[in-house]
Amino acid sequence: MELIFALVIGALTTSGVYLLLRARTFPVVMGLTLLSYGVNLFLFASGRLSAGQQPIIGSTEIYADPLPQALVLTAIVIGFAMTAFVVVLSLRNLADNEDDHVDGCPPVKPADNKQEQEETGK
Amino acid sequence: MSLPLVVLLPFLGAIAAPLFAQGGRTAIAIASSIPPLIALAALFPHWATLADGGVVLHSYEWLPAIGISLSFRLDGLALMFALLILIIGVLIILYARYYLKPSENVGKFYSLLLCFMGSMLGIVLSGNLLLMLIFWELTSLTSFLLISFWTHKQDARRGARMALAVTGGGGLALLAGILIIGNIVGSFELDDVLAAGELIKAHTMYPVALTLVLLGAFTKSAQFPFHFWLPHAMQAPTPVSAYLHSATMVKAGVFLLARLYPALAGTEQWFYMVSFTGMATLLIGAYTAMFKHDLKGLLAHSTVSHLGLITLLFGMGTKLAAVAALFHVINHATFKASLFMAAGIIDHETGTRDMRRINGLWRYMPHTATLAMVAASSMAGVPLLNGFLSKEMFFAESLELNLPGFWAWIPPIVATLAGIFAVAYSARFVHDVFFNGKPVNLPIYPPHEPPRYMKIPVEILVFACVMVGVFPAISVGPLLFSAAQATLGGDVPDYQLAVMHGINLPLMMSVAAFVGGLLMYSQRQRFFRFHARFKEIDEKAVFEAIVSRFADLANRFTALIENNSLQRYVMLLVASVVAVAAAPLINLGIFIGDNGLTPVDWPTAISAAILVIAALATAVIHRERFTALVLLSVVGLIVALAFARFSAPDLAMTQLSVEVVTMVLLMLALYYMPSWTPLETSKARRTRDIILALVAGAGMTLVTLAILTQPFSSISEFFLENSKPGGGGTNVVNVILVDFRGFDTLGEISVLAIAALSIYAMLKNTALTPPPGDGQGHTWSREPHPLMLKQIARPMLPMALMVSAYIFLRGHNMPGGGFIAGLITSVALVVQYIASGMNWTQDRVRIKYHNVIGLGLLFATVAGAGSLAFGYPFLTTTFGYITWPVVGKFEVASALVFDLGVYLAVIGATMLILVSIGRLSPHSAIKSPRRNS
Repeated sequence: MELIFALVIGALTTSGVYLLLRARTFPVVMGLTLLSYGVNLFLFASGRLSAGQQPIIGSTEIYADPLPQALVLTAIVIGFAMTAFVVVLSLRNLADNEDDHVDGCPPVKPADNKQEQEETGK
Repeated sequence: MSLPLVVLLPFLGAIAAPLFAQGGRTAIAIASSIPPLIALAALFPHWATLADGGVVLHSYEWLPAIGISLSFRLDGLALMFALLILIIGVLIILYARYYLKPSENVGKFYSLLLCFMGSMLGIVLSGNLLLMLIFWELTSLTSFLLISFWTHKQDARRGARMALAVTGGGGLALLAGILIIGNIVGSFELDDVLAAGELIKAHTMYPVALTLVLLGAFTKSAQFPFHFWLPHAMQAPTPVSAYLHSATMVKAGVFLLARLYPALAGTEQWFYMVSFTGMATLLIGAYTAMFKHDLKGLLAHSTVSHLGLITLLFGMGTKLAAVAALFHVINHATFKASLFMAAGIIDHETGTRDMRRINGLWRYMPHTATLAMVAASSMAGVPLLNGFLSKEMFFAESLELNLPGFWAWIPPIVATLAGIFAVAYSARFVHDVFFNGKPVNLPIYPPHEPPRYMKIPVEILVFACVMVGVFPAISVGPLLFSAAQATLGGDVPDYQLAVMHGINLPLMMSVAAFVGGLLMYSQRQRFFRFHARFKEIDEKAVFEAIVSRFADLANRFTALIENNSLQRYVMLLVASVVAVAAAPLINLGIFIGDNGLTPVDWPTAISAAILVIAALATAVIHRERFTALVLLSVVGLIVALAFARFSAPDLAMTQLSVEVVTMVLLMLALYYMPSWTPLETSKARRTRDIILALVAGAGMTLVTLAILTQPFSSISEFFLENSKPGGGGTNVVNVILVDFRGFDTLGEISVLAIAALSIYAMLKNTALTPPPGDGQGHTWSREPHPLMLKQIARPMLPMALMVSAYIFLRGHNMPGGGFIAGLITSVALVVQYIASGMNWTQDRVRIKYHNVIGLGLLFATVAGAGSLAFGYPFLTTTFGYITWPVVGKFEVASALVFDLGVYLAVIGATMLILVSIGRLSPHSAIKSPRRNS
């Protein structure tokens, strides 16, 4: 079971990192989301794996570690806020610069071409 | 108490002084002179202790763990410097009153001057080396600000920057040196360091420590080859030049030599490094001073030369030489400060400092001329003035050095040569300025005497020169003895302060210097012609060139790393994590720990396989953005299932509801973006990325496997045991969130709120036009809101709200709570927006989500602060049981109020985020009936 869990985290990390290395905002956001899944599961794993031992007092004999669960719970919510922030940042960039590149290359804007034409036209 | 007060007073004055700036220059000058006068009075009672060779120590603990304490220590040496700083400081305050124009920012000037005074007192009175270093750096900073006081002058700004770079750099070297010394001694307390001289000198690190400390001292005291900053610091207002750059701050370096004399001096390395540096500085300064046409430039180079003289004396290593050095510190401070003030007066009254233009001033300002001539004579070393006495001692010591053969000739020859130059430049100062024909083309003509009180500080200092010169034993004898005692560690040699020691070799050297100097001055045109043959190095240009080269290098390095490409940053980040983590992982060897593996069941394995396939497929087909998004949601759902499978029901519910809002968010974003990513990267780049991603993924797999199979103990025992009795709830995760770690949660919902509000702010005045279709030839559906969805969604709302209320209320004992309930409510509301449209919903749900966020934070904070009213720490919770009519016995915890805050904050934040994005499209605005009307 541990091996499967570890492989899942590995797959999430691989896909996440690959997407983070893309040149446009949307794949990067998706990569970030995948990586968050991986990180949340990883944090959760620090409490080890157990079945049917939910940390509700009185429901079982042994309890799973509640602390990583509490940490991950807030991490999930904050992760959403962070993803939203990045998405909005890229939307704002799209609105202001008509560009969704994150590779540092200056975009070839149609507006620029037009300006060039105007200048040469003069 | 009085010693820390002495240091603190000028700083307090610095805060108070600008308040008097409105009252005019006189008011602020009086206000500024009060702190140093009180400080002088506070030092006075200690004299009795110091005269017997005692030490006053006032020590307070500050950071004992790193050996830094607020300890202030007064001995003879510290007293001598403190008196120089305070007395000359008061005179400068008076002088500056007349020097500054009414239109200038006098508040800033006096405030900085007092700050500097406090820092300088801090250096001399510190009983802890680290504390001293703090004040040391403060003097560099205040000096920087004072040099650049006239911020509109480019030369002033450059000169200030140069001074800061040189002295600040030296300060860093000094810090390193002090740390080494502290490491050797085991304490930074001055008493311990001074007592451990033998230990330090025998240590293998001594050469390094000495070199570093000397670097600090030499940069501060403008010793060759760091002397160039001092002449450029003359761009400062003249009171600053007189105070910082001749009388006090530049003496900090030689003070350090005197202070650490018992700990560091007496070795061969000390002798060679200090005395040869001093000798070089002495000669170079004296030679250059001769050729400066600028009045202050002449004085600046002369200061460099005299500082070299003092350094040389300390370097000689004999006890008498050290006494002579201390004596010269006093003498130089008095005559040089008065000369600077006189130069300032001349500049003030004629409008120029060029000695080729200011000639024959004797006729216009005889009073000032007399004062300046006496001071200049002292600088030249004329008998019956204080400069003569210390110079005689210097000549005598230069003959006493036990150097082998030919080398023994060098110090006396250098000393005599420097004496010749000193006489020549002093003669030039007197003759060029006050005689030598008529003034040439003065900006202010005719010049006349300055205001009466502007001359008083000069008169006092010149009077001191004469007094010390005629009655040395009475005037400074006790003070000098006490200072020598402190410098030499109690063992003062026999010396006599007398006007004349009879006809001896030093006197002959003086006579030679006079004859030579006057001869040189009379033949000055030849020397000027000779000097003009060499190209003068402009230190400022060289310095600027070096600085800009470094800046260039730094910029190129930055450009290499920071090229605006996120891909580059992520690549570097991941690659460095892999590189750092690789070695420990390889050393770990076996990744499966002692706990071994637990058996696998088929449903879990199949779900995991789906997750892995979906995750990898998301990456593979990411260019088809919509499809990739659907696959991404599959991943999220299975993650939620995984939480449920591994005993985390709260997490499963949270993940599930967050998944819904995340998908809505990404769908919304995708609506405005291109729906597919064009192929832009090269195949090599993609291969590199795949390899990097695979390495990162493999690393995470191995780390996770290693962690999962290790036995462990957790601090959670505490939470499990105390959840019910202490927090009043059986759902431990929820109790941790709202009770044990409530403060964390408060911080987290604050972050959530800030993120939501900044998203709102970012999108407030932004409009985005979505592409006309999905980019593959399909236009958007014309039907805005599907009928079926609309009809189902509306009745769902109350049910969903009821579920969320239920989840919220049971959260303390069963899976649920504020976070989850808030997310469920958000989902219920979002569904209405999707089904019926922005405008329809907004017209009915008239809630300002900002207010909801604020209310949530308010509830959470009030719930936490409530416990303060009962005398418990912030966020202490309590609980009790009440019996409701229908429900029965019901538990009420004060944490419920806190959880309500969480609930509201989550709803507000989530909805504000989604509504802000949803509102982006211009369509929703145009269609709004309310906005049209």
